[in-house]
Order: sequence, then C-alpha cells, then structure tokens
Amino acid sequence: MKQNLIGALCAMVAMGGSFAQTSKKPAAKPAPAQVAEAKDAATLEFEKFRAEMEESNPAELFEMKGEEQWKTKRGPNNVSLAESCDLGQGVGKVEGAYVKMPRYFADADAVMDAERRIVWCMVEKQGFKFDDIAKRPFANANFTPDITNLVTYVAGHSRNMKLDVPLKDPKVREAYEIGKEIAAFRAGPYDFSCNTCHGSDGKRIRMQNLPNLSTAKGAMSGVQGWPGYRMTGGVMLTHQWRMGDCFRQQRFPEPKYASDAIAYLLTYMIGNANGQVYKGPGIKR
Amino acid sequence: MADPMKIRATMKGDVAEVRILMAHPMETGQRKDAAGNTVPPHFIQTMTVEVGGKKVVEGHVGTSVSRNPVFGFKVKGAKTGDKVVVNWVDNKGDKRTDEAAVA
Repeated sequence: MKQNLIGALCAMVAMGGSFAQTSKKPAAKPAPAQVAEAKDAATLEFEKFRAEMEESNPAELFEMKGEEQWKTKRGPNNVSLAESCDLGQGVGKVEGAYVKMPRYFADADAVMDAERRIVWCMVEKQGFKFDDIAKRPFANANFTPDITNLVTYVAGHSRNMKLDVPLKDPKVREAYEIGKEIAAFRAGPYDFSCNTCHGSDGKRIRMQNLPNLSTAKGAMSGVQGWPGYRMTGGVMLTHQWRMGDCFRQQRFPEPKYASDAIAYLLTYMIGNANGQVYKGPGIKR
Repeated sequence: MADPMKIRATMKGDVAEVRILMAHPMETGQRKDAAGNTVPPHFIQTMTVEVGGKKVVEGHVGTSVSRNPVFGFKVKGAKTGDKVVVNWVDNKGDKRTDEAAVA
C-alpha cells in the first residue's frame, strides 16, 4: 500500500489520540462520561490536523477543474452551464446556490439537491444522456466524473454561508417529511434504518462518532465537509455518494443515482442543519 | 496536458508562506489494477520554485509522495508582489509551470 506523508501524519494524530485516551482512563471500569471525554480528545486532535489540511485542501484542484467545465460549452447542444443552468439563484449564478439547496425547481417539477440539479442541467440543457452520467457517477482512484468537479465548484461558492433550505416551500416541506420517513424506515438483512445509527446521541462505530441527524448540530456534522476530498486514496466524493454509501453499509439495495429518495433524505438532513455555517468543500480521512 | 497547480503565497511578517497544490496521479508502479496488470509508474520527479527571480527550492520527488501532493514552506527575504514560479517534470516527461504573486 502506498504510504504517504498524509498517511504518516494521520497515524501520528491517531496515536496522539489513543495516548490521550489511555492516560485518562482509570484502571477500574470507566464511567461512560469519561469515555466520552477521552473520545473527544481524540476527535480534537484530528480536528487540529484537519484544520491544517483545510488550508491546502486538494479539493481546490477539483474546484478549478469544475469552474472550467462550468464555463465551457460542452455536450451535444454545445452550451455551457454558465449560460443555461439555473441553480435557483438565476441562470449561471453559483454564489450561495449550494447552501440554498435542496429546493423545488418548477421547470423540473422536482425537489433537487445540488448534484441532482446539475445532472438535470447537463441532460436538459447540454444534451448529455442521463444513463451515461449515471453509469459512473462517482469518483474512484483512476477516474473523477465531471459532475463531481462541477458540484465541488458550486459548493466552493457557498463557503462560510449559512445553510438555508427553503423549508417553508410546501413542496420542500413534503420532501423533508418523506426524507424523515426514509430515515426511519427499517429494512434489509440487518433490519437497520438510518436512525439505528444516526437517530440518537452518543453512538459510534469503533472510534468514529456518529452524528445524530435529527439534531441541528448532528445534522450539520453530516453536511459539513461534503463534497469532500478523501485522503485515503486521494478521491473527491460528493454528498450523493455518501448517502449511497450509508445504504451500502445498511445492506440496502443500491439507491438510484440522483433519485427522489436521495434528494428527500438530503432535504431532511440539510434542512435540520439550517442556519449553521457551511465551510465549503472539505477534507476527510 | 497536466492540470494546473494552485499556488498560494502570503506574507506573514517578513516571511512568505508558500503553499502549492499539484494535481498528479503519482502512481508508484507497484499497484495492480482490477485485471491484475501492474499500473505503470507515473510520478513527479523534479520540481523547482522561484521566488522573485531567485531559485529557492530544487526538489527531487519520488513515489512515496501522495496523489495530488501539497508542498508548504517559508521563504525569508521575499516581499509582496514577488512572482512565485513553480514547475515540475514527471517521469514521462510531462511538465507544468504555474505562477502566482506573493500577497
């Protein structure tokens, strides 16, 4: 496996974290409160590292690429998204668009998150085929789809803005309520729902704290940092990808790309985080 | 052609802090793809940085450096407006030069 500087730093941070934990843990059975405290120390160490990396986040490289693709005439119709795509703030306007989605788009008669909307524009305005985009919608080690660059570019223009999903819009509200239902829907071989892991406070998988998505703070930590650059493998991934990965971890069937279900779940999640500051494309371990 | 770099250079007191983000796959030549074939090595071999016309870094970069690498360092004696010129050459002979000004 390729060991790199980032990996080494990561390991250092992880070690620092576990030291902090062992030194704090008393010999006897630790009280739950103390475990929580030690866990937070590890998290804090990682936060420091992340803050350092945020200043030079490779996500910016994808933003640059996305900007170029946003402004270039492309597709069978030979139009640019900058002159045809309305993200809710007017044609071609990207400033602050990401934090105001998902929203209802009358031209598509659907509630759409940022990624779904850009896909819609690529299909309807530029003439790309949806099936071609949906065939390989997410990045891997050797390939980053255009849509990922574009989402990263758009998200980068909502840096340090407050999330403002228009929940007062009845269509968006309906999507929010359905999203809430989906989050509570138990199924699959494990009889899991999203809420099994993300519906109450203090849950974790190994050292990974799991946010409670029904609270504003928890929902925010599920929104913050997406789209994100994964240091493991150096891959840029979107919020849509993350939702699909949660489905996979629950052993659910794979959700359809850019579907209603994912848009509704994102409406529920981002809606719950409304009013908090989004820091732009992030960096993930 | 290679994708552009992102260069950020800011004065912190009398020292310029330079951060360079490079877009590169940095293949080690040790990885195998899904079909079991070795992925040929493809990595940045040398890089140079000039600040204000003076060469400040001449670096040899190898396969232990990550994909999309970040380089950061501090330069004494630079001033606002100085041109920062970065260039790299990889093992396939592909190269890239980008520049920015110290802010």
